[in-house]
Amino acid sequence: MALDKPYKDVPGTTIFDADQARKGYWLNQFCMSLMKAENRERFKADQRAYLDEWPMTEEQKQAVMAVDLNRCIQLGGNIYFLSKLGATHGKSFQQMAGSMTGMTEQEYRDLMIQGGRSVEGNRRIGEDGDAQAQHQPQGAAGKKARG
Amino acid sequence: MARITASVYCSHVPAIGAAIDLGKTEEPYWKPLFAGFDFSKKWIKEHLPDVILLVYNDHANAFSLDIVPTFAIGTAAEFQVADEGWGPRPVPNVIGHPDLASHIAQSVIQDDFDLTIVNKMEVDHGLTVPLNLMFGSPGAWPCRVIPFPVNVVLYPVPSGRRCLALGHALRKAITSYDEPLKVQVWGTGGMSHQLQGPRAGLINKKWDNEFLDRLIADPEAQAAVPHIEYVREAGSEGIELVMWLIARGAMSDKPPKVVHRFYHVPGSNTAIGNLILENQT
Repeated sequence: MALDKPYKDVPGTTIFDADQARKGYWLNQFCMSLMKAENRERFKADQRAYLDEWPMTEEQKQAVMAVDLNRCIQLGGNIYFLSKLGATHGKSFQQMAGSMTGMTEQEYRDLMIQGGRSVEGNRRIGEDGDAQAQHQPQGAAGKKARG
Repeated sequence: MARITASVYCSHVPAIGAAIDLGKTEEPYWKPLFAGFDFSKKWIKEHLPDVILLVYNDHANAFSLDIVPTFAIGTAAEFQVADEGWGPRPVPNVIGHPDLASHIAQSVIQDDFDLTIVNKMEVDHGLTVPLNLMFGSPGAWPCRVIPFPVNVVLYPVPSGRRCLALGHALRKAITSYDEPLKVQVWGTGGMSHQLQGPRAGLINKKWDNEFLDRLIADPEAQAAVPHIEYVREAGSEGIELVMWLIARGAMSDKPPKVVHRFYHVPGSNTAIGNLILENQT
């Protein structure tokens, strides 16, 4: 019997469960390797060559090279592992988190200073909050895209 | 016999560590956050424990995806500071208390909580940031610290009920230790935050404050709250708050004295909480 996953209906959110962890095992283990300064240097010098040492999928490698954290998470990555990739590129957690919303760094920083994202409309898929699929990307990019 | 004098609850955001390490604590963005800990720093000087049992979560630093223990206890004499990708934080190593840690492991495992015993482990910001917030930046930490990592990264994480009951077992373990040590149990992580996806940046002040109210006055009720409510209301990383129930469970059954309660938004992506509860004698 399949186990209940009540967290599947939270918008804009991927819960890192055992299924995701299995899918992302090598992606996340690659990220762990970036805890060593010499590996960070080697990765930065030739990302493709470094990634080819790992049995990751091509999709995962492309997402890593694009630093597309949303895509990395869909493919089994977890933010605490991916943060090593961000750190290697000199990014803070705030820059990493903001990058997943489509907002500019300043827009996301302002959102946090103003008290953060509201939970209203963002509890369940199908509501109308700013984290819902129909409102992506957020910020100026979204306004431009949607006219 | 050892006794548990107090419990401390504290968020553990990496950017707070960076603000300390880069000397930014007086900047307008950070100042109100650090000011909320002025009282805590004064309090802990006056109530310095011999040992802190520090409940936190490892953020994929000590534990890769190879092995993910649900509850673990650090039994080493010393713990080095992890390089989380930005280089290791310039903070002192953590000095453990192997004898008390082994005693706790023996007691708690025989009380049905199957701890993983960790004899070698690096500690990350989850453990060092709360130490900085409470102690500032001394050349050496002023007391022993037993790291107690809990898995809240890979689902499913332990339930609130399990965490509260573990706290009860820790209380029994600590208070049966022969040496007359003063011990504090700290619960860290939280409060509301989400670090991933289009919903990143979620903050829920109302829910966080209700959590604090219940944690203080009715931990049994808070322990009954399912994971999904934390995720929905406090964000996917807000689930870290279940760890506060472990520290709460280690407190006496008498209502605790609330000596400090602080709440601030934002600390980077996160709502910052700090609570100090003293056991009433």
